[in-house]
Amino acid sequence: MGSARLYAAVAAGGFRRYATYRAATAAGVFTNTVFGLILVYTYLALWDERPHLGGYDQAQAVTFVWLGQALYATLAIQGGGFEIDLMERIRTGDIAIDLYRPADLQAWWLANDMGRAVFQLLGRGVIPFAFGVLCFPTALPGDPGTWLAFLVTLVLAMIVSFAIRFLVALSGFWLMDGTGALQVLMVTGIFCSGMTLPLNAFPGALGEAVRALPWAAQLQMPADVLMGEADPLPVFVFQAAWAVALLTAGRLVQSAATRRVVVQGG
Amino acid sequence: MAEDLRFAEPGRPAVVLEGLRTYRMIAGMWIRSTMAYRASFVMTALGGALVTGLDFVAILLMFSRVDSLGGYALPEVALLYGLSATSFGIADLAMGSAGRLGTRVRDGTLDTLLVRPAPVLAQVAADRFALRRLGRITQGAVVLGYALLALDVHWTAAKVLLLPVTVVCGGVIFSAVFVAGASFQFVAQDAAEVQSAFTYGGQTLLQYPPTVFGKELVRGVTFMFPLAFVNWVPAAYVLDRPYPLGLPQWAAFAPPLVAVGCWVLAGLAWRAGLRSYRSTGS
Repeated sequence: MGSARLYAAVAAGGFRRYATYRAATAAGVFTNTVFGLILVYTYLALWDERPHLGGYDQAQAVTFVWLGQALYATLAIQGGGFEIDLMERIRTGDIAIDLYRPADLQAWWLANDMGRAVFQLLGRGVIPFAFGVLCFPTALPGDPGTWLAFLVTLVLAMIVSFAIRFLVALSGFWLMDGTGALQVLMVTGIFCSGMTLPLNAFPGALGEAVRALPWAAQLQMPADVLMGEADPLPVFVFQAAWAVALLTAGRLVQSAATRRVVVQGG
Repeated sequence: MAEDLRFAEPGRPAVVLEGLRTYRMIAGMWIRSTMAYRASFVMTALGGALVTGLDFVAILLMFSRVDSLGGYALPEVALLYGLSATSFGIADLAMGSAGRLGTRVRDGTLDTLLVRPAPVLAQVAADRFALRRLGRITQGAVVLGYALLALDVHWTAAKVLLLPVTVVCGGVIFSAVFVAGASFQFVAQDAAEVQSAFTYGGQTLLQYPPTVFGKELVRGVTFMFPLAFVNWVPAAYVLDRPYPLGLPQWAAFAPPLVAVGCWVLAGLAWRAGLRSYRSTGS
């Protein structure tokens, strides 16, 4: 019970930290809206040329764009969440203090990142999405059940996103300088989550491959559930399986790191 | 503020020369420091090229499903992409560091630059000069090269001459956008991300044909925020396509004028921003 209160407090801290920078949030909303506008027009042209590409109609393609902009910061699709802090703590050696705190390292950062994600969903996601829905024809469901299922996929997507970035951050124990790892995270995040193009519009074997990777759990699957393109249950299973697998991998790497790696002294 | 701190007030051309000298010295220092870690330089340059190359991969993926986008075929879109990416890469290399001005204002390190006897803009722009951004220019140039090989265009002397002029002017226009964005950060500070909507957003926009976008948007980026002159208009001349918004034929040769105009406005914005600067005192 006590530990649940602790992690709730950590999550609230993560939420408040991001809520402090209002000008930055407003700037993010503006930027996401501009990028959404640019992408919407290119997608409309693409779906004009090839109707029903990837099984979407134009309204669904438009919805996908605005969902992507709404979830871009929430799911830290190109990075930019707790992993930067954690890597810095590993690099400076502050991680040694974290490791003898009476709290679990992974659960601590998970709680922290969930707080951040929830704030960015509300602060940065809602307005660009509402703008998109008001200005363009979109395909949104009417029944609350689908929205509820969408929220569940969203929470699972947040966990998968965290688990990937936790692994990236832990690579700092061996690499010290995280620039390269963060760059790889950025490339895979943008490309494999469907930010550049919905994964179901990817051709052939490449499409099969990216749709099986964990990044598919981030944007593609919540979008497909929301637009009624996928059954919620198999999606939950897919996302949960990746979440468990990646979190377990994170634990294993963490224990390997703490056993074998000498922490940087200051 | 900054002007008062300078030891002597030189005339205009002298300031520009002094700025270039300062820029060269600081950039040279950062290049030497980068080259101390050669492997890291090579990797980050390659990584940068890979990240920006993804935009083009997305375009290739689109063209694996369609034959044209907004009436433009792949080599034509590649020309737009190559021109815009190369220009943007040049601007990012030369002026990209100015985007960090908000951080300097926030943590108070801008004050250090103000007391040095050298133009502040040159110092800010050359700060942490990142040679690895050559990766982005190279990637853009490769796509441009592909476009020039694959295009079926009736080349004339004017068209051949227009291409390098376009790349350079595009770089100058995007540089002006970076400087204007930096000036805005004097006031905005935390809102630095707004700048990306115009820099990265503008570059993304220009990768696609103008026929794809709504008329209002095209009008906006032609007359209000003249990015259209970075590639859309000159490329329309090279490709013998109708100009966006029915612009007159000579508009394809306007980029140098537009570039000068952008720099005048960006310079005024910079002066206004620098004058309004109040140190955080920390």
